[in-house]
Amino acid sequence: MSVKKINTPLTKEVIKDLKAGDNVLISGVIYTARDAAHKKFMELLENGESLPVDLEGQVIYYVGPTPARPHQVIGSAGPTTSGRMDAYTPQLLEAGLGACIGKGSRSREVKEALVEHGGVYMAAVGGAAALISQRIKSCEVVAYQELGPEAVRRLEVEDFPATVVNDAHGNDLYEEGKKKYAV
Amino acid sequence: MREINVREISEKVARLCVEANYYLGEDVEASYHQAAEKEESPVGKEVLKQLIDNVNLAREQQVAMCQDTGLAVVFIEVGQEVRLTGGNLKDAINDGIRRGYEEGYLRKSAVKEPIWNRVNTGDNTPGIIHYDIVEGEKIKIKVAPKGGGAENMSALKMLKPSDGLQGVIDFVVEQVENAGPNPCPPTVLGVGVGGTFEKAAFLSKKALLRPLGEPHPQPNYANLEKEILQRVNSLGIGPQGFGGRVTTLAVHVEYYPTHIASLPVAVNFNCHASRHKEAVL
Repeated sequence: MSVKKINTPLTKEVIKDLKAGDNVLISGVIYTARDAAHKKFMELLENGESLPVDLEGQVIYYVGPTPARPHQVIGSAGPTTSGRMDAYTPQLLEAGLGACIGKGSRSREVKEALVEHGGVYMAAVGGAAALISQRIKSCEVVAYQELGPEAVRRLEVEDFPATVVNDAHGNDLYEEGKKKYAV
Repeated sequence: MREINVREISEKVARLCVEANYYLGEDVEASYHQAAEKEESPVGKEVLKQLIDNVNLAREQQVAMCQDTGLAVVFIEVGQEVRLTGGNLKDAINDGIRRGYEEGYLRKSAVKEPIWNRVNTGDNTPGIIHYDIVEGEKIKIKVAPKGGGAENMSALKMLKPSDGLQGVIDFVVEQVENAGPNPCPPTVLGVGVGGTFEKAAFLSKKALLRPLGEPHPQPNYANLEKEILQRVNSLGIGPQGFGGRVTTLAVHVEYYPTHIASLPVAVNFNCHASRHKEAVL
């Protein structure tokens, strides 16, 4: 299986080049955010305030890790279900977000926003949380410490494995894959 | 009469919370290997390989196999010849959950209230506790940490008795199709049929605790399990929903007598990490 290596922040050219079904290895900085942090992001955007991180070309990973043991950078850190962020994602793409990583299907609105703003949705293997955490080299809470596992973290990752599900051209790996193997 | 101090129950619950999250059952791991052999999709095979690597790593390093270490679902069977001492049983179980999740570096995923006050309780309590009084002078405790992703795909329907067998099968298959990649396939499906509204849901959860792939002892129910498995594995969803043959590892059905007017059916999804551990005191 061929693998594309990409670095963050993502340029428009890199995003355009990614196709549904591509396996990628991501290196650089990515940010974590899930339900509660997304809700707070929306409140800031609605009030015309700036977000705690500049999202231009950045990658958001939907994850709430387990607490790290003393010798660990981060605890187990696999993806959570992305659909819960559907209500918020189009606005973040409009604000410059380049990609998001989670697991599970996205709404029509998100898929359309990926095409409109040039973004990509990737899936990591849900449940492979101990394995994935080994690709995370540093972890620092940058906002909403009080949210515990739901705080926004800045992660430095090296060869973080993900698969492109929805690309900027309107393709959907979940639909294509299912069609291929349905009996 | 045998006396058991509730402190012993706390300790067991704490240990089971940790073990269930670190060490996947051998039955489940064996089913990953079988699935990897059966799977035709290269991406699906790769996913299964990663899941096998992941459970091995979690076991070696003694860390949670999944970051969603779940709400702690506890089934406790108390023998009626047992006299509990040293405090209140419910508090003892919650103390065990609190300790297990803290000492085991497990994620705390409980919020105080579902609508107006979704604030993390900070210690993963309260657990979801199911009590049963049984014969004898022993206590059996089962802990099944339940993640949100798969639980959220679960569903229940009050069918008409005329919907019959086909209605039950179609309902379950429809839920798996709608769930698609969300519940972290390959899944395990617990199905509860009969009883009342809440009994069907309870049975569907309990069905997940059966050793993986062990068929129902009654041939008609064992066949029902087989038929549902065959139907859902024809959907093409595959490991993680990337397309493939193995959407579900096993289907376990449990039933109960029901009302002359009713045919309740519930399906409880478990992700591939079908976690549960038990102990007897």
